[in-house]
Amino acid sequence: MRKIECELAIAGGGPAGMASAIGAADMGLSDIIVIERDDHLGGILNQCIHNGFGLHFFNEDLTGPEYAERFISEIKRRFIKYLLRTMVIELKDDKCLIAVSPNGLVEIKPRALVLAMGCRERTRGATRIPGYRPAGVMTAGTAQRYINIEGYLPGKEIIILGSGDIGMIMARRLHLEGCVVKGVVEIGNFAGGLTRNYVQCIEDYDIPLYLGHTITNILGEERVEAVEITPINADGIPDSSKKFIETCDTLLLSVGLIPENELSRQANILLDPITGGPLLDQYFQTSLSGVFAAGNVAQVFDLVDHVSDSGKKAGENAALYLRGEIPPWGKETASVIPGEGVRCVMPQKLTENCQGKLNFYLRASTHRRMVLLDFSASDNRIIYSEKINIVRPPEMINIAIENVDITPSGKYYFTIKEEYL
Amino acid sequence: MNNNNTDVLIIGAGAIGMAVAYELSRYELSVTVVDRLNDVGGDASRSNSAIIHTGFDAPPSTLESSLVVHANPMFDRLCRELDIPFRRTGAVLVAVTEEEEEEIPEILDKAHENGVFDLYYLPARKVREMEPLITPKVRCGLYIPRESIIDPFLLVIAMAEIAVKNGVEFYRECEVKNIVYNGRSFTTETTKGKVKSKIVINAAGLNTDKISNFLGIDDFKVTPRRGQFHVIDRSAELPIRHIILPVPTKISKGKLITPTIHGNWLIGPTAEDLSDKSLSNTTRNGLDEIISDVKKLIPAIDKNYVITQYAGLRPVREPGGYHIRTFKNIPGFIELSGIRSTGITSSPAVAVFTCRKLKEMGIPLKHREAVCTVSTPLPIRKGIVMFRELNNLERAELIERDPLYGRIVCRCETVTESEVVQSIKRNPGAHDLDGIKRRVRAGLGRCQGGFCGMHIPKILARELNIPLNRVTKKGGGSFFLNGETKRFE
Ligand SMILES: Cc1cc2nc3c(=O)[nH]c(=O)nc-3n(C[C@H](O)[C@H](O)[C@H](O)COP(=O)(O)OP(=O)(O)OC[C@H]3O[C@@H](n4cnc5c(N)ncnc54)[C@H](O)[C@@H]3O)c2cc1C
Ligand SMILES: Cc1cc2nc3c(=O)[nH]c(=O)nc-3n(C[C@H](O)[C@H](O)[C@H](O)COP(=O)(O)OP(=O)(O)OC[C@H]3O[C@@H](n4cnc5c(N)ncnc54)[C@H](O)[C@@H]3O)c2cc1C
Repeated sequence: MRKIECELAIAGGGPAGMASAIGAADMGLSDIIVIERDDHLGGILNQCIHNGFGLHFFNEDLTGPEYAERFISEIKRRFIKYLLRTMVIELKDDKCLIAVSPNGLVEIKPRALVLAMGCRERTRGATRIPGYRPAGVMTAGTAQRYINIEGYLPGKEIIILGSGDIGMIMARRLHLEGCVVKGVVEIGNFAGGLTRNYVQCIEDYDIPLYLGHTITNILGEERVEAVEITPINADGIPDSSKKFIETCDTLLLSVGLIPENELSRQANILLDPITGGPLLDQYFQTSLSGVFAAGNVAQVFDLVDHVSDSGKKAGENAALYLRGEIPPWGKETASVIPGEGVRCVMPQKLTENCQGKLNFYLRASTHRRMVLLDFSASDNRIIYSEKINIVRPPEMINIAIENVDITPSGKYYFTIKEEYL
Repeated sequence: MNNNNTDVLIIGAGAIGMAVAYELSRYELSVTVVDRLNDVGGDASRSNSAIIHTGFDAPPSTLESSLVVHANPMFDRLCRELDIPFRRTGAVLVAVTEEEEEEIPEILDKAHENGVFDLYYLPARKVREMEPLITPKVRCGLYIPRESIIDPFLLVIAMAEIAVKNGVEFYRECEVKNIVYNGRSFTTETTKGKVKSKIVINAAGLNTDKISNFLGIDDFKVTPRRGQFHVIDRSAELPIRHIILPVPTKISKGKLITPTIHGNWLIGPTAEDLSDKSLSNTTRNGLDEIISDVKKLIPAIDKNYVITQYAGLRPVREPGGYHIRTFKNIPGFIELSGIRSTGITSSPAVAVFTCRKLKEMGIPLKHREAVCTVSTPLPIRKGIVMFRELNNLERAELIERDPLYGRIVCRCETVTESEVVQSIKRNPGAHDLDGIKRRVRAGLGRCQGGFCGMHIPKILARELNIPLNRVTKKGGGSFFLNGETKRFE
């Protein structure tokens, strides 16, 4: 087995991993290795040939591959090493990685590590839809890859379960390819993804959106022939007296993304059951000191621009850690807790006093207008407060708070409360 | 079909048909197996509880009891022979209510009548010591150490591989449409042409009635009794080591929890009598019923760890019971029907029993020289080497010999491209996505094909030399991609 030692290893070469590598390199670190299992750097971006990327980071409207290409050329310009077709299969709690490629097995021993493995899509099993098990049920992301990279359509008459961003983008894509998109079925009362995707992908093409409905059965023995759609009643239970059958040959699932943390689990890194990612401190550091996490592995982000931001900071902090300028994961870290109206928050932990700006990423638990977002200590002392016109769970809230005085082991809360008028 | 003349034609490539083919392949006979599906593995034989029973609860003094009881001890050697995993986990039968507790002495009596003597009474405390997750309401239990677990797909596939090596011919997507007997031989009409044979063995599971009917036999009917299951991911890390059985009811063994040979758990099955043989679907009610029933045994069962569900159809024969029959007026026809709830277990014994029937008919069974048989050193088959089961040094060596072992295509089960390619190239090999899944588990893990769905169809297309949009999930019209290729302007 080949053995490699390095200063910084990065698991995953998507936007988060690439930004981390660049962030660390720009802090003067040179001994960096990016490990990517695919044939190319770029991650999910390679299959997102639609535009809408980079509006924040570059102030430009780019396609996914264009956005990725900018980072790839920055990686190359800095001569950062990367391994392709190499998959990390083991992570030990001494930060040692085992990776596999057709060239063999490598053991990589870095002094610091950034986790940037992205996320995976929830599949049919997780949704527990009963029925037959025919061909023609696939995740929206798989379908996207077949269309955009392989040049094949999944089917001709499509129903999409879940109105997440990928589902809505695929509805438009398939419609433009000449497929009949018979509907997007969403269990909630709002579209699950970004408003701009709802407008540009669903409304603009008159694609039927069944809000407050779910799929309760899949029919067809060999290939999908139809699905049973049932409205959800006021108690949140499918009302089978109002179910109906819609024929289709394909069911795409866009029912959520799960941060890819099998490796983190192996190394006993503490995870947040709500975000599905590791618990992080303000340096994007995990409970295993010197291991950082960025991008969708930490929490599913809505925009790649924020992913790149998080990656860059995680990379910079990894470089600072190696210089001894960042404390290890503290025993007496303070906790940041999602309170009323907040679904999740990151970072979840704060180590020592925080000079300068602290960035928080939050998601609201429900749609609301005219709200007050508070950051407070456990004695109800409000540290920061902001009025927000509209909060929607699919859209991440980004908050920067200056100079917070942190009590060791203290508890801090984010809340989103009633209307202000 | 390239050979339309054979000594023995076996209809059905499930556990029963393939066990018979495997057994017969040791003799100087030409054997052909046909199945309407796109693979070996059968119908019921691929969707069941995957338990090798002891027969402790079989109806005493029946053919089923005798075959199941005697088949169980055959598995240690059979699985070594075939190089497939097999584990004697043992079962714990749990009585939770007073009525159930009262049944325990009867269950013991019945087991003894069946000739199963190695089962032991457990007081409540001992049950909980052996299986801490079992409900504190437990009153007592039984320990049945030889109840065991197996991978039923691999069992059938492994038997098929050796049978084929020994000269058995297998035809997939070959449905029997009619059989004509002319007083001396049979002509069987299939969707792939006609086959002439001296002997026809009906191992068609749910369709044994239909097949026998072609020859005028109409004294029985087969209807489906559906059994639905949930699969629980190994990440649930349940500390359940034994098969957990409820006290059986009149119509079924009840809903159980069993570890699988690959580290997950199964919970189920339901027992629903239906009339339509195509209803292999799962239902909301069935799936909910499993969770609530199993919680009575193990309250900690949590549906959040469920990664998938499936259903199988037990072939319920009326009149009931195992029937391994020959017919005076149709010499050469053997019917294996009524093998309802224990056929994985009984299959090796059924196979030997069927050979006896052939002998009784006057068919000479002469052992063959120079074929893969039990007389060659064990194992007679080598399973596909699984990357995930090796240590890192072994893995490194393997990749050096075969770089395709360095390409992981299924991340949940850590399956490499080499394993997938081998599963296609073996004979009988996988011709579809389900076939690959059953042979090397790619796509069976927690992401259920979310990741390998990108890679495996491409490998299959390449190895079978077909376009990507001809790749199927399970043969027939089950195309993975249904759309035409994009028009590039
Ligand atoms: C269909 C879709 C549409 C989207 N549309 C938009 C949009 O319009 N606008 C927008 O701003 N954002 C969009 N996004 C979001 C954006 O693409 C993601 O936020 C971003 O790609 C996440 O970056 P990442 O690096 O965290 O993860 P990924 O891009 O998933 O990268 C993770 C990388 O890690 C690799 N990897 C994983 N595990 C291992 C391992 N064990 N060993 C080695 N390598 C590994 C993977 O191969 C992958 O390359 C979209 C996302 C999807 C899926
Ligand atoms: C829910 C459930 C749980 C079970 N649990 C267990 C268990 O734990 N242990 C155990 O030992 N047993 C168990 N069983 C029973 C066991 O699965 C069956 O007894 C066994 O699989 C029967 O095997 P078979 O080969 O007869 O039938 P099958 O596996 O059904 O095979 C019959 C084959 O015949 C083919 N066929 C049918 N008609 C035609 C035709 N016209 N032309 C060509 N081919 C045809 C079919 O395609 C099929 O492949 C269970 C069964 C079920 C349903």
